[in-house]
Amino acid sequence: MALLTTSLSTTGDRRARLTRDAIGVLVIAAFALVGYFLFPNNLALLTRITAIALLVLSLDLVTGYCGVATLGHAALFGAGAYGAGIAAAHFGITDPIAMLAVGIVSGAIAGLISGVVVLRAHGLPQLVLSIAIIHLAHEAANKASGWTGGSDGLAGIMPDAVFGLWQFDLWGRTAYVFGIVLLIVAFVILRQIVRSPFGMLCRGIRQDPVRVRAMGASVHGTLIKMYAISGAVAGAGGALNAISTQVVGLDSLSFTLSAEALVMLVLGGTGSLYGALIGTITFMWFEDVVSAANPFHWLTIVGALLIAVVLFAPKGLYGSVAAYFERRGRKGR
Amino acid sequence: MSAIFDVRNLRKMFGGLAVTNDVSLSMAPGDRVALIGPNGAGKTTFVNLVTGNILPNSGTVTLGGEDVTRLGPTQRVRRGLVRSFQVTRLFSEMTPEEHVSLAILQREGRSGKMFASHRAMPGVMDEAHALLAKLGIAQLAGHRVSEIAYGQQRLLELALALALKPKVLLLDEPAAGVPQSDTARIEQAIADLPADLAVLMIEHDMDLVFRFAKRVIVLAAGEIIFDGSPDAVTKDARVRQAYLGSYADARSVA
Ligand SMILES: Nc1ncnc2c1ncn2[C@@H]1O[C@H](COP(=O)(O)OP(=O)(O)OP(=O)(O)O)[C@@H](O)[C@H]1O
Ligand SMILES: [Mg+2]
Repeated sequence: MALLTTSLSTTGDRRARLTRDAIGVLVIAAFALVGYFLFPNNLALLTRITAIALLVLSLDLVTGYCGVATLGHAALFGAGAYGAGIAAAHFGITDPIAMLAVGIVSGAIAGLISGVVVLRAHGLPQLVLSIAIIHLAHEAANKASGWTGGSDGLAGIMPDAVFGLWQFDLWGRTAYVFGIVLLIVAFVILRQIVRSPFGMLCRGIRQDPVRVRAMGASVHGTLIKMYAISGAVAGAGGALNAISTQVVGLDSLSFTLSAEALVMLVLGGTGSLYGALIGTITFMWFEDVVSAANPFHWLTIVGALLIAVVLFAPKGLYGSVAAYFERRGRKGR
Repeated sequence: MSAIFDVRNLRKMFGGLAVTNDVSLSMAPGDRVALIGPNGAGKTTFVNLVTGNILPNSGTVTLGGEDVTRLGPTQRVRRGLVRSFQVTRLFSEMTPEEHVSLAILQREGRSGKMFASHRAMPGVMDEAHALLAKLGIAQLAGHRVSEIAYGQQRLLELALALALKPKVLLLDEPAAGVPQSDTARIEQAIADLPADLAVLMIEHDMDLVFRFAKRVIVLAAGEIIFDGSPDAVTKDARVRQAYLGSYADARSVA
């Protein structure tokens, strides 16, 4: 009897989770559709938001789930962007799926390398190492101008039609749909990974690494794996940016982008993936609207928003709402 | 009798203080050993040393004939040397079900799986729930650890160690902080352990010690001052001295 109820509640539970993820996917798709019809002349911005959302999701994996503090995560994004861009501009790999694959692999390798370096330290020294990484990567890309175009940016990226069917158009429609499909696929895979045994292990490491070791699990090995996965996701975002804008600039490998990604994650809330998406959309939309309305003081206004969130909703926009409903749900029980 | 767990001449200095001073100890499969001693005697430090949580200044630790002195804590756990913590160490945002499932999956070498869910593994779930039921916390399986009482967290701490199915089990005061009404569950869970498992339990409650142990080791100021039967320990002059001495110290401080 006990066994029966266990397995029954197991399937019920599973269905509830799958339903929630299906709703998540539908919400992303609905948002994407609304964006498409509301801002048909602004698809380039929406595609950029999608690419950055991949970067922030990727940051959530190491910061939100594993508790690794980093201000150098754009290195993984930039590696994907330059990887895909160089493949197209120098090696004639112009199939968008192949470019994406190159971006993902470049990002994963950059993730492995950053992971090996950053995970040598903890706390503040860790943060400093991550900053060193992004500055080194930025400088390396700047110096290797034969490959990267240096400060002029890497041009001459001409992706083919997707599956030979959909040409990248002037209005950015193909790029937008390409990006949204990529984001949804990444989101579904990541939702699965974070609730797998591996994902539990990562959450455990953030909460108490000593306990994880006492269970016989390898803390360092697990974190390195997560860093590589995170790199693959950020690399996909970078590749999307290269494919959609057809240039790669040094800004994709900058400290500013790394810091902004962290701000977006904190704004939305860490450790849920949903928060990463909401933080990215809110921040970038806000930035766009406010900078158009008031080009002189928009940074001040963004700063005020951030202070308000950190003070009044320290778990971030999604995290605070989720916590509120969880509390209400428990009272109702 | 061949030893499964053998510690030779272990020594650890903190500053100028020898917290573990030339400690040697050997256990065979099936042993039930109680490690007792006044507060600050170095009992927890001994566990930290042999499990690899801190490094000794000198001495060796052998597990099943293999020298593990240079191995990290993870490797020792994988070879069957498992401990529990005196002050509970749990994942505050995770549920008991998740804790125990993770430990079971780790034992089976499946904790790195990315495209699976423990909830979809009936074998793991049933074992986890059976273990939680045995310790009387099955009804809390789905609650966050941060929401459950400390005494129940102590029971989960023990459940985690048991879920790893160790060969050598070191329990650091498993009953400390557990309400009197629940200590029987802990005793029962320990009594039900496989007969060939070697268990060392640190405990202050002498009733528990006498019911559990076939052998008692007394540690005082980092040194083993007694190793023998439970009957003999109360009559031993050095042991009385160590305990009385510590009480005398306590009084002079107060
Ligand atoms: N990391 C450390 N650095 C310095 N001194 C330490 C450290 N850890 C423990 N000690 C000291 O070592 C001595 C032994 O501590 P330990 O925790 O092993 O005692 P114990 O026998 O477990 O005591 P209790 O019964 O109170 O748990 C104490 O004097 C303690 O202050
Ligand atoms: Mg102790």
